[in-house]
Amino acid sequence: MVVEAGHFSLILALFVAAAQAVVPLAGAARGNAAWMAFAKPAAISQFLLLAFSFAALTQAYIVSDFSVLNVVINSHSAKPMIYKITGVWANHEGSMLLWVLVLAGFGMAIAAFGRNLPPSLRARTLGVQALISVGFLLFIIFTSNPFERMLPPPADGQGMNPLLQDMGLALHPPFLYLGYVGFSVAFSFSIAALIEGRVDAAWARWVRPWTMVAWVFLTAGIALGSWWAYYELGWGGFWFWDPVENASFMPWLVGTALLHSAIVVEKRDSMRAWTVFLAIITFALSLLGTFMVRSGVLNSVHAFASDPTRGVFILVLLLLVTCGSLALFAWRGPTLKSPILFRPVSREGGLLLNNLLMSIGAAVVLLGSLYPLFLDAVGGGKVSVGSPFFNAVFLPLMVPMILAMAFGPMLNWKRGDLIGAAQRLRVAFAAMVLGAGAAWVMVTDGPVWGLVGSGLAAWLFVGTLVEIFERARHFKGGLAAGLRRLARMPRANWGMTLGHLGLAVVIMGITAAGAWKRESIQVMKPGQTVTLSGYDFKFEGARQGNGPNYFYTRGTFTVSRNGKPIVTLEPEKRTYPVRGTPTTEAAIYPLFTGDLYTVIADPEKDAKGKETGGYVTRLYFNPLVSWMWAGYLIMVFGGGISLSDRRYRIGAPVRKSKAAPVNASAKGA
Amino acid sequence: MKRLYYILPLLVVAVLGGFFAVGLTLNSKDLPSVLINQKMPPLDLAPIKGSDRGLKTEDLLGTVSLVNVFGSWCIACKIEHPFLMKIKAQNRVPLHGIDWREKTPDDGPNWLARKGNPYILVGDDPVSKAAIALGVTGAPETFIIDYKGVIRYKVIGPMTEKIWQETVGPIINELRRVQAEELAGKNKQKGGTS
Repeated sequence: MVVEAGHFSLILALFVAAAQAVVPLAGAARGNAAWMAFAKPAAISQFLLLAFSFAALTQAYIVSDFSVLNVVINSHSAKPMIYKITGVWANHEGSMLLWVLVLAGFGMAIAAFGRNLPPSLRARTLGVQALISVGFLLFIIFTSNPFERMLPPPADGQGMNPLLQDMGLALHPPFLYLGYVGFSVAFSFSIAALIEGRVDAAWARWVRPWTMVAWVFLTAGIALGSWWAYYELGWGGFWFWDPVENASFMPWLVGTALLHSAIVVEKRDSMRAWTVFLAIITFALSLLGTFMVRSGVLNSVHAFASDPTRGVFILVLLLLVTCGSLALFAWRGPTLKSPILFRPVSREGGLLLNNLLMSIGAAVVLLGSLYPLFLDAVGGGKVSVGSPFFNAVFLPLMVPMILAMAFGPMLNWKRGDLIGAAQRLRVAFAAMVLGAGAAWVMVTDGPVWGLVGSGLAAWLFVGTLVEIFERARHFKGGLAAGLRRLARMPRANWGMTLGHLGLAVVIMGITAAGAWKRESIQVMKPGQTVTLSGYDFKFEGARQGNGPNYFYTRGTFTVSRNGKPIVTLEPEKRTYPVRGTPTTEAAIYPLFTGDLYTVIADPEKDAKGKETGGYVTRLYFNPLVSWMWAGYLIMVFGGGISLSDRRYRIGAPVRKSKAAPVNASAKGA
Repeated sequence: MKRLYYILPLLVVAVLGGFFAVGLTLNSKDLPSVLINQKMPPLDLAPIKGSDRGLKTEDLLGTVSLVNVFGSWCIACKIEHPFLMKIKAQNRVPLHGIDWREKTPDDGPNWLARKGNPYILVGDDPVSKAAIALGVTGAPETFIIDYKGVIRYKVIGPMTEKIWQETVGPIINELRRVQAEELAGKNKQKGGTS
């Protein structure tokens, strides 16, 4: 019964979304206030209907209702409760339902927080939001219905891919979707602005916090995905330039560019058309990400869940959204043209450079991800583009960007003084040389780019600190006076500072873990010791046992340095009998200087298939990996701080007096 | 002239869209094999290490069988493997294997020893001799061969219970029916002449 109600509620949501798309847009075109006002209740009811629908599916998973096909395929009664719940979105149908739920959630948030928006802009934004909803609800109902029944119900389910039974991955899709879908708000605002033919500082001020929300979630989502790959796949790496990873990285790059160009629109009323263009492209890339993962167009032949009908449907949807909005942009974009009122060396110039490098970076990643498809389509055979291409083309692009990142905030709007900024940054130059030099002394046999990365990380970190130091006016008048000045600094500025500091820490982590990783793969017998980067990994032995829904082989390593014990690590290799698939559970001990990372594989067998008592083991020392995770956290935290800036919650400057009390009451509610 | 800049993105996306559309059709799982309904090319593959019998085309005559191309390096084969073990356990149809492109002669046998061997006969194909003759595009691929040694169908990617229920199973049943009919017809003819 609940399942049917959920299904019905899903279909009802489609009709509500259709009405929400048509009525407010028509109302805004005809200046009909009542029709425009319809958007708000529609957005709220659409969200409630989808929330009910999602709850109904979750309920079917919790009680293991095996008359629902989706539950049969993706769940099992012996699965721990937490993974029954996360199983709801660990599959195609459920994750698409989560997608539209998040979309409707953002729609409702616009309706709820958008009181100070001009009514026509709000109506149009919600109308566009609903159009996207309609497309995806049609997709779900016609090609990916999670409520499909299976009669007669089987005795038990087929289980969930064991790789996915993991907390990191359980949280990864919701965050990623909050990021992807969050960019729909900037997109809808842009389309609405194109229809209205007006983009101004007030518009940018409304768009910026939404873009920031999406960016924060996307950053967290990417970090979680990377973290999962790091400890679950057991290869000691955290980024593989895999098409699916690239799919989430491209919107991040362009979204970051958007975050910065919106600042120029707000502060300087310049780069308007470009910002609207970025908003469209960011969301288009988010959709492309969904398309690439869901259609299996890329690693097609052996993709897990590829279904041509679905692929065609998403492709049509993607092209409709992208071509439709870009056609509108081609038509109305020129009216948004804004005069360029700044010199190349200026704050705007720095932000523009950031935009260009981020966009080129995204284009490179897009090219690399799609090149195999292009070649295949023109009959050139199947190839794969791997990390060598991306490392060779993408990473050098980031060098000028990181150099510029410390300069940008030091420059004035309109016209900056490059020489002056360079002089003020001399401490950062010194830090760059010191950083690279220290790396050279400590790791004599590493690659050159390891030194470059260390130098750049030190440059960015210290350069950002210099900016803060100047804001405290060099702590003139004592520490307290300086701190008081910093306390008065707008939160959005703290967001920028933390974002840049976080990135510096991430760069250091990525550089160290990439350039100076030590690994060793061998067969070890109990009692044997392997030494890696000065750490002695002693293999104590392995034993078999049972977990809640799997069997395991668990190895025991004691790690010591110069005879002083550090930690005992117990990596596992698990086999889930329901699916018969194995997973590796690496045992990792994070130190400040790096991670001790151990993996155990199968027992060694001789020619006759008899076990020799030895085990295949992989041992890694991954320098500074925890710095990378810490850096991500700092960036996400910075975004959060920036969001709490009260300037974001107040409407356009002209409306300040009227909007502020309204918002205060909204906050209280 | 300036207007062109605003139209440019639309054109780029239109071209991209074209490539995606072609890409989707290219990679459809129903990619036809040129060898369908043709006789299995003559093969004589050496046994893999630790076994004394390889795989010959003649081994495939007389009954409907499956030939599965796999490799220990292939992730998708790992996913498919439990289902192949099920085919063997339930004795659904004779299943043979072609061990494709192993780095060392030990890799394939070790993999099978570790995970279980679902195959009756396994031929070693380190240099893609058989794979080229059969037009294999990637592992795993599974060929359905009828009792006369004619290739009747090819499954690209891991076989699953769903694919079995929808295509492979019905095709095998049909081929067995044809075989029974044809053999019955022959026997009748034989009976008539003698």
